[in-house]
Amino acid sequence: MIWILVFPLMIPFLTAVFSFLYRERDLGRWIAVGGSALAVLAAVALMKQVLSDDVVAGQMGEWAAPFGITLVADRLSAIMVLLTAISGLAVSLYATAEIDQTLERLGFHTILQILLGGVTGAFLTGDLFNLYVWFEVMLIASFGLLILGGERRQIDGAVKYVTLNLVSTVLFLSGIGLLYGVTGTLNMADLRGAVAASDRQGVLTVISVFFLIAFSMKAAAFPLFSWLPASYHTPTFVVSAIFAGLLTKVGVYSLMRIFTLIFDSEDSFFQDVLIWVAVLTMITGVLGALAQTEVRRILSYQIISSIGFLLLGLAIGTPLALAGAIFYLMHNIIVKVLLFLVAGVMERLSGGSDLRFTGGLYKSAPLLAVLFLIPAFSLAGFPPFSGFWAKVLLVKATLDVQAWVVAGVALAVGLLTIYSMTTIWAEAFWKAHPDDREPVLDDLGPDKVGMLTPIVLLCGLSLILGFFPQPFITLAEQAAAQLLDPTAYLAAVLGETAQ
Amino acid sequence: METLLSLTVGVLVAAAVYLMLQRDLLRFLFGLTLISNAANLLIFTSGQLTSGRPPLVPQGAKAPLPGVANALPQALVLTAVVIGFGLFAFSLVLTLRAYTDLGTLKTDDMRVAEPREEEQDA
Repeated sequence: MIWILVFPLMIPFLTAVFSFLYRERDLGRWIAVGGSALAVLAAVALMKQVLSDDVVAGQMGEWAAPFGITLVADRLSAIMVLLTAISGLAVSLYATAEIDQTLERLGFHTILQILLGGVTGAFLTGDLFNLYVWFEVMLIASFGLLILGGERRQIDGAVKYVTLNLVSTVLFLSGIGLLYGVTGTLNMADLRGAVAASDRQGVLTVISVFFLIAFSMKAAAFPLFSWLPASYHTPTFVVSAIFAGLLTKVGVYSLMRIFTLIFDSEDSFFQDVLIWVAVLTMITGVLGALAQTEVRRILSYQIISSIGFLLLGLAIGTPLALAGAIFYLMHNIIVKVLLFLVAGVMERLSGGSDLRFTGGLYKSAPLLAVLFLIPAFSLAGFPPFSGFWAKVLLVKATLDVQAWVVAGVALAVGLLTIYSMTTIWAEAFWKAHPDDREPVLDDLGPDKVGMLTPIVLLCGLSLILGFFPQPFITLAEQAAAQLLDPTAYLAAVLGETAQ
Repeated sequence: METLLSLTVGVLVAAAVYLMLQRDLLRFLFGLTLISNAANLLIFTSGQLTSGRPPLVPQGAKAPLPGVANALPQALVLTAVVIGFGLFAFSLVLTLRAYTDLGTLKTDDMRVAEPREEEQDA
């Protein structure tokens, strides 16, 4: 029972060790790919178990909750673990083509696997302090990936990324300390009861603001997002892709978890704050994207914009809104990884990622154009791509609570997203290359297979999500229902005695 | 004792914020060290202090006597100290590297990744 929770964590760390031992040889990178494939299998197994048992929980070292560390997976956790494993497999495949031997010898695959392990741990843990530790594992690995290679741009981006993320870490840690002081427990399921029963609600509201700020900063929500566009365009494309797909989403996941499980108050103050944070995040993100001319910087601002949509779902908090946010998470993780990987191929082909110096790809590499259009349309929310369903659910939820302005903003942001995606399309694909080059996919040489396979696979997934959305929407609705009514979660973690 | 430690935390945070608002990376880093130590003290203090009663299990007994100090906050602080030390070492090296590569520690002048408009066109 416990093993099924431990495998998704153990596999990345074991893979990290072995790929480090063989980092001097080609074997190292294939160990990383193989390990990532195993992680997908483990995540699928966990998903199956969660679908049949609702919530799977295990006490590490047989220390009963709330004293030991609990690993626990409900539907949301299982979805996130599976998405992490899929993105991990896609990027480690792509990395076999993009990452050169120098970076491999420095341990690129190892750090990537540790990052994946840290992210998975954050999704699986049921203990607040343990969540902090996983955040740190993830953070230090992301620092490593960000600066690996050591170009001036990377160092500059890393300075901002590192410093601002460390500030949010300190806030998170202080919040944990204070919460422990008030409630005397760190187990998230146990905290729910302790927080509800506490007679110091005023102090608890202040403490919850610590978590709100810390996680919003990790999620790159307005106005705490400045580290993201400063750094995400500087490392290698695989690193950008995995950062874009997963890291900010860990912040969103933590917000969802903490503010449904622990601070489940009917307090309208939070809703109001979070709704406007969400709206401003959407708007600043998309406007920032319009002002940029470099592909990765456009996409970085688009990440911020989509974080706004996710926060909107959490802020509204109805079952439909949360289900919309969870479906949006599934869609967005795949699409974001995909767009950054396609951007990597675009850069390799046309010799630069600034749109002013690229062009002509539609004529010379039509396959790439299709592979770009699928995620781009999906992000913009064209039917029947996956982003459309996500936005339908979210906008419908917004209209249901009669937040007309918010719904209007969400639709307008959608329009502007289309505009910003068309900019990339028009500049990189339609217009002629400024140097009259006609780059074709065969220019990739032996890297062609390694680069295109993950892109095609993720495109396939995104299309499945778009054309057959019903099972996934049902899953998202079930996950949302579990978040809003954590009875099964509490029973699984604390056992029958606590009921 | 709790009051004294709380005040210390306050002073540390104030000093840290002052340092972090300077436009110099090294000072920011010192501020960061101060504030993370303030967070550690905060955990320690909020776990409530009991002096002179170590949480030891007497010979033959299975659990410590009631009223002993809570050891958990100290374990948490220990973890946080170790992690904080690692992160500080990393940031220090990053700062050194930023100084040699970018030639400055003034955060306002660090514009390599996000060049100003006119530099971009040049």
